[in-house]
Order: sequence, then structure tokens, then C-alpha cells
Amino acid sequence: MNLVPNSCLKDSMLKEIGFNKIDDLFFDIPNQIKAKELNLPLGLSQQETEKKLREIAYKNQSVYDVLSFRGGGIKPHYIPAVVKSVISRAEFFTAYTPYQSEASQGFLQAMFEYQSLIAELTGMDVANASLYDCATALGEAALISTRINGRKKFLIPRNISWEKKSVLKNYLKGPNIELIETPFDIKTGKIDLDHLEKNVDENTSGVYIENPNFFGIFEDDVDKIQDIIKNKDALFIVGIDPISLGITKSPGEYGADIVIGEGRALGNFIDFGGSSLGIFASKKEYVRQMPGRLIGLTKDKGGKRAFCMTLQTREQHIRRGKATSNICTNEGLCAIAAVSFLSVLGGDGFENLSRINFENGQILASKIKTVNGFKMMFDSIHFNEFVVKCDKDQTLVNQKLLKKGIQGGLVIDNWYEELSNCMLFGTTELHCESDFDEIVSALKEV
Amino acid sequence: MYKSAVYEEPLFSEMISCTKGKFKPVDLLKKTIQRTTKLNIPDVDETQVVRHFHRLSQMNFCIDSGIYPLGSCTMKYNPKICEQIASWEKFVCTHPYQDISTIQGNLQIMFELEKMLCEISGMDSFTLQPAAGAHGEFLGMLLTRTYHQYNNDGKRDEVILPDTSHGTNPASATMAGYKLIEIPSTKDGTVDLGYLEKTLSDNTACFMLTNPNTLGIFESDIIEIAKMVHKAGAILYYDGANMNAIMGKARPGDMGFDIVHINLHKTFSTPHGGGGPGSGPVGVKTSLEKFLPIPKVIKTKDGSYNLDYNKPESIGKIKEFFGNFSVLLKAYVYITMMGRDGLKEASEIAVLNSNYMKEKILDSKKYSMPYKDIRKHEFVLSCEKLLQEKKVRAMDIAKRLLDYGLHPPTIYFPLIVKEALMIEPTETESKDYLDRYVETLIKIADEDSEIVKNAPNNSPVKRVDEVGATKNQVLTWNMI
Repeated sequence: MNLVPNSCLKDSMLKEIGFNKIDDLFFDIPNQIKAKELNLPLGLSQQETEKKLREIAYKNQSVYDVLSFRGGGIKPHYIPAVVKSVISRAEFFTAYTPYQSEASQGFLQAMFEYQSLIAELTGMDVANASLYDCATALGEAALISTRINGRKKFLIPRNISWEKKSVLKNYLKGPNIELIETPFDIKTGKIDLDHLEKNVDENTSGVYIENPNFFGIFEDDVDKIQDIIKNKDALFIVGIDPISLGITKSPGEYGADIVIGEGRALGNFIDFGGSSLGIFASKKEYVRQMPGRLIGLTKDKGGKRAFCMTLQTREQHIRRGKATSNICTNEGLCAIAAVSFLSVLGGDGFENLSRINFENGQILASKIKTVNGFKMMFDSIHFNEFVVKCDKDQTLVNQKLLKKGIQGGLVIDNWYEELSNCMLFGTTELHCESDFDEIVSALKEV
Repeated sequence: MYKSAVYEEPLFSEMISCTKGKFKPVDLLKKTIQRTTKLNIPDVDETQVVRHFHRLSQMNFCIDSGIYPLGSCTMKYNPKICEQIASWEKFVCTHPYQDISTIQGNLQIMFELEKMLCEISGMDSFTLQPAAGAHGEFLGMLLTRTYHQYNNDGKRDEVILPDTSHGTNPASATMAGYKLIEIPSTKDGTVDLGYLEKTLSDNTACFMLTNPNTLGIFESDIIEIAKMVHKAGAILYYDGANMNAIMGKARPGDMGFDIVHINLHKTFSTPHGGGGPGSGPVGVKTSLEKFLPIPKVIKTKDGSYNLDYNKPESIGKIKEFFGNFSVLLKAYVYITMMGRDGLKEASEIAVLNSNYMKEKILDSKKYSMPYKDIRKHEFVLSCEKLLQEKKVRAMDIAKRLLDYGLHPPTIYFPLIVKEALMIEPTETESKDYLDRYVETLIKIADEDSEIVKNAPNNSPVKRVDEVGATKNQVLTWNMI
């Protein structure tokens, strides 16, 4: 196998263009900084490489080796074979950004369909062709809010994942936007409405809430939240788990101006936290302030329907320092996975998926509740994650569960001291009755 | 050469939908958030869905279809083995919050990849978290900020960059809150040292540079540049988009750069996925190491791997979890397979291929090439002469190339070359492909201008009305 075809022709090619040896092409690198031989091993054959990687892979245990109930906003979902087939087409995964629209109609149409489906799910007018992940989408949402209304105070719930919060803080450093955290109600796990009302004012650029929130709980006082925000003309930004949208209203229906989310669950592997898909959708009036690529429908010279990247004057390759964002490479293939996932499930299939996730969330919670020493932390309706309080050291519980081949809930009191001995459990359609029985009997023994 | 299929493929929303039953609201949900109506997503049979995406894929050029010489994009062939390994369940079905003992393989990949990138680039430490090159640049700018603030030098609010820089550079610096100062290039197409010296001051936070630059020219004054920048107390940032020119030949760390980002989806051959997922690891010198994002993968005394979150000076996170893991994995497989010998050869032949094409094209005298002659992995032609003589523009040539089944180069960039065609063949193209590309470019220059201006004719659509798309915004099927 040879990945560098002209290595055998290099002498003749050099000669043809008037050079003697390869190093003559590098004469412009000063001697002082010419590299010594790299301290890396020699290359391996494909077969040797595969063998080496197999040995490394076997040091891992996947969610199919260990029964996983770990929450935290990322959980494995079933990926239909069609999705794997679509994203393994080299025409999609080995293409570049579709700068030449005539040679990229397939990708462009698929992305137009992605935008359309995300707009439908979120209840927004438009969606972009993806950002890196939900955390960076939140960062961009805060930045667009300030671009739209010039205000510099952004509100988030205290209970969003610490990783997301940390990313957001980094995105706010440039324009120096103030960040206010709204506490959660210790009984319900929902946002503290009084605190929110006191803190939203005429300097507030935007207010972010999550539905379901980090504790898996539905923020169902959205009518009140919307009133508080709209009273001060701030932007209402909602972060979603797309899988929940088959049974809940779309945020557009309860007044959201911008909707973001993590789209990995739509047909992508959990990939150790990679293969992320930042969803970003908004009302049409904000489209010129949007970050990232947008695909538009237009016509070709002969009047035939055609697709192309559009409103590119927002983007860095045209506008440079005045662009709405610096993003160039996004998560195109993950968006292709999402559009094929939604297409193969259809509306019926997607609603069903959403329902099963909700139901499994209720079943697992009700079963864990029956175990002595484990109770629900909050008394609200949750989706497919929920917080359990136990009367033992939860890290020890997890260690014992692992010995039985189970990953227990995510330990969360590092970030919320009032939630000592609490764990965030998560389930999806991948779990069945016997999995629930397995964890329940394991919890009885730990 | 590539020939696209041509379908009149309907939109998914135009397919015949067979939805079953009525929507049943979930009673447990409060009315305020309870869905009461069906989602408007068509229910189509699996056969139709598969054919839909299959047909769409057949109207899309990709690296497996043929030469894809987009300048600054490094569209090299992506070895299939990388893809295959990155699909193993043991890797892709692991949860980022799993117990450390169950993810030792993943951590080993990340630990060793960091070391590999350090060796290739000459830096001291890396983070693998950024999802793309621009994301890495943004992190680099935040690290710059943190570094100066840490040294009580936070008043530095300017970033200097040459007029040849990638568009992401100024955009990233702006996002991090910096003012921009763009400096002109010399008549050689390189950094103007006098101008740079004049521009550097106590307010300079950073100088961003690509080397070789976007004209494909190696900045031979780099040692002098580094001295000047450091003397002014500023950071020297390396945009690693053009790293494919110098592997095993020169290292940014040795040149004096303090922060670098590397595009794994360029130099290290992970596929671009039509725009991502990518990966833009950021490497730094020791003085900046403590500011890198958390966590850091460490190797413990007993040889096992762990995650270190205890870094009080760290800027925190730039992306959730550990970066786009499967992309990291593919790059790891690629580097393992290529080894030190293969990586060096890749850069050598990438530069040879580029210079070979350049010489052949310039011999024809149909195109010109402003600025210095010797180029690295890419070169930038100008077709200004064709514009003057025949009113044929770079855009027209690009579209005409499509008629010959060849993907056009990057056009109209860098901005300092008029009617620019920016060509980067990479090392994975055979001489045969290079020759055909050269012949076709020369042939097009001699063609009747009307034919060229009316191209493409063999694509699924004729020239697309991009202006119309902006004027009449149709961004979803509901807006039709």
C-alpha cells in the first residue's frame, strides 16, 4: 500500500522542473531551524496498525460491555442501520465544505433538509447548518443576543452542566458580557422564578433556560418565564434535548427567540463525547446576525431548483474581522446523520422514540425509588434523566455497581454542594425491563 | 474523470407521507409544555429514504471521486483503515463520564497523540479539545489574553496579522475581544519586517502567522520575526492550516512560535465530512501550559492513564468533554501508519507536486504568479490576464473545470492576488492526475470565452444564482 504515489517518480519529476534533489525545494528554510529526524516510530503496515489498535481498543469497555445508566446530558441511543449506511458514503464524508455549489448539490440539499427539520422540531423559522456542540452554541447564543440588542448581561440557570458553563464563560470574555446564574428551587429542581424576575432588567441581553434541565426536569412554567423575559425585551433562549420534542411543545410555541441544543442523539455515536452537533435555530428576523453556515434554495441559470451556501457576507471567509462568528469547519457529517435519522424515523417514529424515552425515565425512577436508601431528590416531572439521593457514599455505590458490570448515575455534588450523595441517572430506548431489574437488584445489594 | 449523476430529486417534504393515527398527548406533562399536535415530519418508507440519500450522494464531489486541490484545505486521500478502526464499538460507544478503569484505551490514544503532535510541531504540550481550526485559534487568543493578564500586562489589546492571513484569524481575534491591525506584505509576498517592527508596541498582544503563508511561501525571516515579536512582549501564534508542507522538515516550535493549532482534518488526513466534524488541537510552550483547558490526560506511575482536572490557572473548557474523539482516533491511526518516515515523505511529495504543477502551468504562460517563485505545498495563480483579454474570471475557470470532471481550486483567496486560483494538490495525487489538471487549465485558457463563462454544463445544475439566494431567502422548505 502506498499513500504517496509520486515517491517513486520524484527524481524524474524534480529533474523536469530543474531541481536535483528534494531538499532543494526546501532551501528557503533557514538551516538553524531545519528539523532533525522526528522522534517517532517508523510507520507500520495497515495490518500491523490494525493489530496495535485492536490491543488498545480492548482496554476499553463500551456501553455494550457495561450496562450504563450514566446521565449528564449524553447517553447512547439506537442508531438505525440506514443512518450508518448514509454517513458511510464517501461522497458525504470525504467531501469538503460545499464552496462549489454545482458540484455539491447532494450535500447542500441534505443540509437544507436538515435546516428545515431542525426548524420544525424547534418551532423556529430558520436553523443554521450546525455549530460544534451545544456548549459552543450557547456561547454563540449569548454573543448574538448582545449583537441584536446591544445589552451585556446574560442569564443562565445555575444548574447547567459545569462544562457548558465553563465554555460559555470563555465565549463571554471577548465582549465582556456579565453572567448571572439563576438558582434552582431545592424542592422542585426547577428555575427559581422570583430570582429570575428580580434579575432580568433593561440591561439583560438574553435569558437561557434548558428543557429538560440538567436534572432531567421539565421547566414547565415557561409561560411565566416568557412573561418575565418579554417584559424587559430580552431574548428568550431555550436549550433542548431534541429527543424530548416528540412529546413536548417546540420552544417556538412558548415564545423562544433562539433555540440551541446538542444534536448528537440524532443518529450519532456517543463517541466518548465527540461527534457533537451544535443545533442553532432562531426567528427569521435574526438571520443576518446568525453565526455559521446557512444553505439556501435558489435557481440555476436555466431556472432549475438549486441549492447554495447563502448570506455568506456574515462569514469569516468574506467578512474577516467583522464576521458574526469565526466558525468555518462545523459538524456537517453529524448533521447528515441527523437528517437521515429524522427521515428514516419519520414523525411517527420520532414521537414514539420520544415517548419511550419518557416512559423509561418514569419506569426506572419508580423502580429505584423502591430500593431502601434511594429516593428521588425532586418532586417534578422529568424526561429520561433524574436525580436520585442515596444515604450511602455514592462513589462507593458506583464502584460496587461497576463490579457487577453496571455504570451507575453520575455523581454531581462536586458542582452542587446542596446535592450531597446525589446521582444523575439516565436511560434511553436502549434499556429494557430486564436492564431495569438488573440495576434495581444490584442497588439492593450495594 | 468524475461525472456527476443528475437527478431531479424531490425534497424530503415533497415525498408521499403515510402517517398513522392521531397524536396522543402525554398526560403527565403540564399543558404549558405538552405537545398536542403531530410533528410535521413526513413518514416515508425505508426504501425511499435510502434512495433519496443515495441519489443525493451521487450528486456530490468528494476526495474519493478525484483530485480536490482546494488551496489551504489539504484535501488528501483519507485511508479507509482510519475510518474502519474509528467505527469500532469499543471506541465509539464509550461514554465520556465512564469510570476511568473502563476507558484506558481512549486515554492512551489521547495521551500518545498529544506526544506525537508535540514532536511533530516542536511544542511542549497540547490540548485536543477544539473542534476545528478556527476553534483552536479562538482558544489560542483566549490563552494569549490569559497569559498577558497573568503577567499583569492585560492592557495589550491589539492583534497584528498579515494581509494574507486566513479569514478565521481576524474573526477569532475579534471574538476574543482584540483590535486588529492588518499589515501589508512585501513585494515578495512575505511579512514586511520594517512594517511589523513599526506596528509592534506595548499594546500588541499577539502576531498571528501562517508558515508557509497562504501564498505557499515559506517565511524565511521567521527567526527574526520571532525575535521582534518576543522583544515587544507579544505572543507569536502559528496557524497550522499549512502544516502539510513542513512535517519532518521544520517545526513551528523551533521557529519560535508560542502557540500553534493544527488541523487534524487537513494534515493528518481525517475526512472533512462536508464541513466537519474536524479537530483543531492547540499546542503551547511551557510558559503557557498551565492555562490549557482541563482535563489533561496523564500517565501514572503504574502505567495507567488518568484525567487531571486540578489545574487552577486553566482557562476551563472550550468544548464539552474531550474534543471530537473519533477524529482524534483517525489522526492517531494515520500517524501510526505513516511513522516519521512517511510523514516526512508526505510533506516532501506535497511540495514536489505543488512545484511540479506550478512550473508546468507557468511554462504555458497562460497564467501568472505574482510574488516570490519558490512555493511549498500550494501556490496561487492569477488569471488577471484572461480577465483583461477575454473577460474570463477565476470563477469562470473554476466552473469550467467542473465540466472536465475536476474540482476547482480555492478562488479569490488570498485577497492580495487578483483573480486568484489557489492550488494545493497534496501528496496523494499521482503524476497522471497532476498532468491532466495542468493540461485542462491550459486548455481552458485557450477556449472560447463564451463557453467558459457559461460553464458548467455537465453538473446536476447550471451556474447557481447565489445573489438570488441572498435576495430571496429560502432557508427551509416552509419558506418556499
